[in-house]
Amino acid sequence: MGLLAAGDHHGYDLKREHDERFAGARPLAFGQVYATLDRLKKKSWVAPVEVERVDGPDRTVFRLTPEGRAELDSWLSQIEEPAPHVSNPLAVKATIALLVGDREQAACYLSEQRAAHLERMRHYTRLKTEPETSLPEVLSADYALAHLDADLQWLDLALERITAFHAAVTGDRALSADTTINPSSSIPMTDNQK
Amino acid sequence: MSEDMNNLIPSPEVHETDGRSAPTVLTARSVVYSYGNTPALRGVSMDLRRGEILAVTGPSGSGKSTLMLCLAGILAADAGDVTYDGRRISEEDEAQRSKLRRTDFGVLFQFGQLVPELTAAENVALPLLLGGTKRAAAITAATTWLDRFGVADLAGSRPPEMSGGQGQRVATARAMVTEPSVLFADEPTGALDALSGEQVMTQMVRVARDAGTSVVIITHDAKVAAYGDREIVVRDGMIEASRS
Repeated sequence: MGLLAAGDHHGYDLKREHDERFAGARPLAFGQVYATLDRLKKKSWVAPVEVERVDGPDRTVFRLTPEGRAELDSWLSQIEEPAPHVSNPLAVKATIALLVGDREQAACYLSEQRAAHLERMRHYTRLKTEPETSLPEVLSADYALAHLDADLQWLDLALERITAFHAAVTGDRALSADTTINPSSSIPMTDNQK
Repeated sequence: MSEDMNNLIPSPEVHETDGRSAPTVLTARSVVYSYGNTPALRGVSMDLRRGEILAVTGPSGSGKSTLMLCLAGILAADAGDVTYDGRRISEEDEAQRSKLRRTDFGVLFQFGQLVPELTAAENVALPLLLGGTKRAAAITAATTWLDRFGVADLAGSRPPEMSGGQGQRVATARAMVTEPSVLFADEPTGALDALSGEQVMTQMVRVARDAGTSVVIITHDAKVAAYGDREIVVRDGMIEASRS
């Protein structure tokens, strides 16, 4: 309906425009487009306005109805529930690595994971800085980069916490210079938390 | 990001000019440096290849900026060797290292450090003028470099009249005007908003690749490090990891 809000389209155009604007997302199947248009038509949110006859098969052009526009505006006004990401496999694996491994093993895992993330970030950075990259592709790359960067920040913080915790447990003053033990949890606190 | 989305994107390709197979231009071997009794570098060894964009990352106080200062010959290492193009610059005196910085190295800092009384063109021309280039030729070259960074229209403007991103692009042009072999950039986008930082990094990397200049980027920001071909992580005065 968002694409139809910009003007009348037939199903083929909608599929093509969706795939262009949401680069990186799964491409729409034609069957999915026509089935969705059929459902929207039954709800009176879209309506056929004409049939285009070119070289190929007939193409029905659809228009967003006022009811459809109201539904679209209502959907846009609803905020998305922020995802907690606590079940993210990366977080689970890192936590398990900390539980079962020693500091060096955990640090090695986190370091390897960091390298994999950064390599992925290099790919998206190259992609979005190429002159021929379209705006939707840049936006998609920005989104991916922001999430990868958030993961990396968490990985770095996790590594600092392990180092500080290990230093506190072993009494390594060189490593524990910036940390103290939080008495309520036995988890070392960084300067920022104090 | 789902696996399905990842599968839609082709695997990263090795950039032909990323320097991964190029000869080494700058090396550090067991470099040690202390500020008084506080050790900043505790035996760092690393290589920089010709044409390579290298990101040096690490938490605050890890020693990454000190490493850059030693590599650029701004600080003399307490122990160990820094070698540039076959020269052991760690054994040279300040005058020799200062000359090297004028001819072969470019340095860019977080806040650009432009001279506020000079125009953009005069700021960019400054390293050439200090090297003995005639004023007219220096200004012409400066204008060309400003154009490469997309800020030719600011040639007559002074730093207070520029945005942070514009000023940093002018500062980058100044660091590149002598066509250095190595550009050192210390937190080059640290004072900029995301979009301005992206413009600075995109143009810096593009111009450096075109010129065949090696770049050492000091940053704590992974989004900036992602412009590099390779990353080394400095932690507690030592190299923790080096990966491409």
